[in-house]
Amino acid sequence: MNRQVLASAVTITRTIRTGRERSSPIVPRASVAGRALMIVVAIMTFLACLTLGAVSLVKATAATWQSQISDQATIQVMPVDGTDLDARLTQAARIAASFPGVSGANVVDDAATKRLLEPWLGKDLDLGQLPVPRLVVLTIDGRSPPDFASLQKRLSEQVKGASLDDHRKWVDRLVAMSRSTVVIGAIVLGLVLAATVLTVVFATRGAMAGNGDIIEVLHFVGAESLFVARQFERHFLMTAFRGALLGGLVAVLAFLAVALWSARNLATPGADQATALFGRFAIGYDGYAGVAVIIAAVSILAMMTTRVTVLSYLREIAMREAGRG
Amino acid sequence: MIQFDHVGLRYGMGPEVLSDISFRIPPRSFQFLTGPSGAGKTTLLRLLFMSLRPTRGLISVFGRDVATISRDELPLLRRRVGVVFQDFRLLDHMTTYENVALPLRVRGKDETVYRSDVVDLLKWVGLGERMHVLPPVLSGGEKQRAAIARALIDQPELLLADEPTGNVDPPLARRLLRLFIELNRLGTAVIIATHDLSLMDQVAARRLIIDHGRLEIYE
Repeated sequence: MNRQVLASAVTITRTIRTGRERSSPIVPRASVAGRALMIVVAIMTFLACLTLGAVSLVKATAATWQSQISDQATIQVMPVDGTDLDARLTQAARIAASFPGVSGANVVDDAATKRLLEPWLGKDLDLGQLPVPRLVVLTIDGRSPPDFASLQKRLSEQVKGASLDDHRKWVDRLVAMSRSTVVIGAIVLGLVLAATVLTVVFATRGAMAGNGDIIEVLHFVGAESLFVARQFERHFLMTAFRGALLGGLVAVLAFLAVALWSARNLATPGADQATALFGRFAIGYDGYAGVAVIIAAVSILAMMTTRVTVLSYLREIAMREAGRG
Repeated sequence: MIQFDHVGLRYGMGPEVLSDISFRIPPRSFQFLTGPSGAGKTTLLRLLFMSLRPTRGLISVFGRDVATISRDELPLLRRRVGVVFQDFRLLDHMTTYENVALPLRVRGKDETVYRSDVVDLLKWVGLGERMHVLPPVLSGGEKQRAAIARALIDQPELLLADEPTGNVDPPLARRLLRLFIELNRLGTAVIIATHDLSLMDQVAARRLIIDHGRLEIYE
């Protein structure tokens, strides 16, 4: 009772101070499971943003890999007894360079080949002692690539032991991986949003059950269902918006922290490996725009879910009353 | 205004709590609804307020058959009826002023339009000094008056009051009765459900007496 007296005193003081009373919300804020719902929405939004960030990172990295790989092709020339390997390499490079769409053909020389094999075969490697295949690296004009089938045919006809690798197999795999990542990301995002909707449904129904007396009075004084729904909507929109904003901000901070870590550890082997795999750990403007879209989407989704839940709950009450009579 | 024709009501598969009820409430009329506890007064008021539907018979409210009224139309019809509940049904988190102004707020009216009307009515029912306190700190009589003020604020065509003087002393009960009579004189039809014989004796009004689910009318 003392708290109620205090509340009355606060109301009177407020009225005196402002000269005019601000209307109390029809559904009291404390009666809606605010904080718990806000935290759940924050966690859901954080997970949704992380998923979006991971998908955009993988997609961007896969696109970089794809463009790097598709800009090059490799001719592999196997050593064959009784033939001059260097002459065959030069011939293969000449044939390739004559094809439209090939802007460069460079034979990987002995020294470069040794450097490539050094991690596995050691420093003092004598290429003449081992049947090591040699490579010609072709630079491809990405806008009008050469006819790889004809090139392959010419090489196998004219250069003994030569084969062409146009990296198509790798590009196809990367495209497939990138697409599966996007699909998995979309599924995770869908599940997270579905879980958010269900949480809001439970919270709304709980709040309505807890405020049954208020809803009844509103009906008795002639409130329409939409008016009742708006009273709850306002609460849940604000609660969900605060939760989504919190989750989104934490996700942005997480992105920034990883980007900072990646930038600070550029020279370390761990960071090198990570950079080689994922490129730079940085989310672009579109990633941040995605976070903003998720925050708005979660808030609006919560509001719409509340409206639908309240209206269906009111319909249930009306049917129960009609059935009782 | 209101017409009941052979109305019966049962809850589920139980016995009929109201049987074969027929009566008319003309516009601008004044009547008491009385009978022993558990006789069905509150149930009859709920039928009048369209929060229950009859299991048989016909109820017509403001010329509309309640069986054909859609959910969307109900609020508009209810706005023409003021109800005073036995247990007041005030919202504890809103001040007396806000509780009384609630029907107007629900109708989307601006506070600047209705503020002085609400304040005047609160003063009239003797709650001028209590308008900014919350219901939990009001006495039973004050809550009763706040509930009555809420029912009257939009000048309803029909007022339903369930034991409106049950929690007040005789002088205040007389004052509230005068308020109802004044309201009736201004054009509102009034139905007061009460046990209070002394209250009924103060006004020569029609009496609807309900007993064991059946209704008798004394003009």
